[in-house]
Amino acid sequence: MENYRANIMLCGGTGCTAGGSLKIREAMQQGIRDKGLEGEINIQLTTCSGFCPQGPIMIVYPDNVLYQKVSLKDVPLIIEEHLIKGRPVERLLYKEPAKKQGIPSIKDIPFFNRQVLRALRNKGLIDPDSIDEYIARDGYQAAAKALLEMTPEEIIKVVKDSGLRGRGGAGMLTGLKWERAASVKAPEKFIICNRSIIEVEPHLIIEGMIIGARAIGASQGYIYVRTGAPIIIERLNRALQQAREYGLIGENILDSGFDFELELFASSDEFVCGEETALLMSIQSMRGMPMPRPPFPVEKGLWDMPTVINTVETFANIPQIILNGAEWFRSVGTEKSPGTKIFNLSGALNNTGLIEVPMGITLRSIINDIGGGLIKGRTFKAVQVGGSTGGYIPEQYLDMPVTYEDVTHMDAIIGSGGIAVLSDLNCMVSSARFTIEFAVDESCGKCPPCRIGTSVILDLLNKVVNGTATEEDIYLMEDLALDIKNTSLCGLGQTAMNPVLSTIRFFKDEYLEHINEKWCKAGVCKELCTFYIDKEKCIGCGACARVCPKKAISGEKKKPHHIDQSLCIQCRSCYETCKFNALKIGPRSMREELTDNEAAAYIKGAIKEVVQQ
Amino acid sequence: MPRLTVDDLKRIKEQHKAAFTVREGGARVKITVHMGTCGIAAGARRIMETLLGEINKQGLSDIIVTTSGCAGLCSKEPMATVDVTNESPVKYGQLDEAKILRILNEHVIGGKVVEEYVLVSGNETTI
Repeated sequence: MENYRANIMLCGGTGCTAGGSLKIREAMQQGIRDKGLEGEINIQLTTCSGFCPQGPIMIVYPDNVLYQKVSLKDVPLIIEEHLIKGRPVERLLYKEPAKKQGIPSIKDIPFFNRQVLRALRNKGLIDPDSIDEYIARDGYQAAAKALLEMTPEEIIKVVKDSGLRGRGGAGMLTGLKWERAASVKAPEKFIICNRSIIEVEPHLIIEGMIIGARAIGASQGYIYVRTGAPIIIERLNRALQQAREYGLIGENILDSGFDFELELFASSDEFVCGEETALLMSIQSMRGMPMPRPPFPVEKGLWDMPTVINTVETFANIPQIILNGAEWFRSVGTEKSPGTKIFNLSGALNNTGLIEVPMGITLRSIINDIGGGLIKGRTFKAVQVGGSTGGYIPEQYLDMPVTYEDVTHMDAIIGSGGIAVLSDLNCMVSSARFTIEFAVDESCGKCPPCRIGTSVILDLLNKVVNGTATEEDIYLMEDLALDIKNTSLCGLGQTAMNPVLSTIRFFKDEYLEHINEKWCKAGVCKELCTFYIDKEKCIGCGACARVCPKKAISGEKKKPHHIDQSLCIQCRSCYETCKFNALKIGPRSMREELTDNEAAAYIKGAIKEVVQQ
Repeated sequence: MPRLTVDDLKRIKEQHKAAFTVREGGARVKITVHMGTCGIAAGARRIMETLLGEINKQGLSDIIVTTSGCAGLCSKEPMATVDVTNESPVKYGQLDEAKILRILNEHVIGGKVVEEYVLVSGNETTI
């Protein structure tokens, strides 16, 4: 490979591609050619850099300069200023929310420098479509070591000693799972990678699976992907073909005598198929529904053969454990939850995206350091940990370390690795309702607790949101939710109640406000709030009137404005627009009061007019 | 494409080492060619091309070549700064192709500063 003076890495993740990174690459290539710099500057796409909301992301090496929100019209400037004259384009640098000064070096941006990259160590650094670049970063070295220098028992031992726990939901020791599958005698065994949804480089998954297959003695593997992720499917297919051409899958891999076939299995976007037994049904061309366990898949899985199912992230950790050893893996994280964890950070934060952090980091550090704190004007209310079926954790527990054990105590889960931050603009009851609605839609219908229970809970939550619930309904919900949690067949029903249980536990006052005062203080539940303008604070700028879709706000310039309650649809646009804190949210009862007062004022005015005449 | 052996894995890794030195910044030596308007006019681009050509020819993988703006001494252009890790950076001035090749071979590879071309050693003080 040529030695270039600059390598430009353009993020080719799903988000940045949607933002136009392919067109930007074309324009850059053209611009570089026009200036006669082809031999000096290399431009290529990389795996997702994780900084998706700021995309398209462009990183220029060796300067380590990160450009955000790059558009086609910025291309000539980047070439002229940075690539020719060596001056970073200040306007495109990442800026910390509170500061105006751009941060030129990627190493100084807190979002990046607080992360510990292991599974994502090549993110933004290599071309996901190039097997050679993967090999250049120690790729397939671990597979070579595992196949040529280690016995299956030795592989299992090092994975077990590392303490790596399944990065999916339950957090079972990966080594233990492999050991059980390896101990069963069977004519054929399978290894499956569950849901390639994380945009890690495809070869990392393939390598992890080869090692796993060798450990348990599997001859066939499947990578289970959702059809809703076309870029990932395309990349995986290309990677599989490259690996096959290099003889890294197929017969006699690396002359070791070990044979392993690996295929992609694309399924529809059924949430329940994240559950391992439902996933197995789906691969066997049956409806994706979970089965009671035992027998566990490690004993009787795909086509009744021993089958190991691990997630993408679990496999992505394997190659480095093999190369660096169990002790190295344990050097980060906690005693019982060693290593790192990938999270999808979202919500009311300044920085969101895909992050990898050491286990045991506190939620506060994730939110404030990596997330850059809450966006201006918002205050923290809760953080949902574990994706759509994770529990909501309030402020007082933010110093809790993120480990499998601690998170479970909070009715939350590590799960799919979602962390969503909720602000004062979110209503806890309707947030819980939203996730339950999702569970109702996604419940496969096999077991009654989940099928019927989730619907009943949804009805009860609807009552709270509509203002027709009583305090007793809270206790009914809590009881029922616990029953559903304890008796559901699979993880879907067992975890679906986390949002309800955790909101009742930590935000009961909000439920009570909804029920007793008919007041949703966040202004989300339309039935339970009244928007009004504080006459003392309103300066009459008219910003709220301009955004009101119903033209319900009126008033003279520089005089306090007024909302016509008969027209207001509680869309909250005015509340989010006002910069002077003049918009207020009152309980439902205020609506009638205000309307009455308005009527009185109107009558008063009319009488006055008549008298004057 | 042929089937790989373990040796092939090592070979591919070696081939790409240079590219990743640039991306990861783990180079032993950084050569900065100053490319302000003055530098470009004085022929800095030729210096850069010569340098990159020679590095590729010799297959050197621990060197980063990069550019920067005007160094402030326009009359001495083309200029280049050789920055060896843990040594103070050395600025060379009034370069041509032959001089930069000598600097590459004697200073960057050989470790001996080419005194006769040196403008200054060390950095300006910044507050």
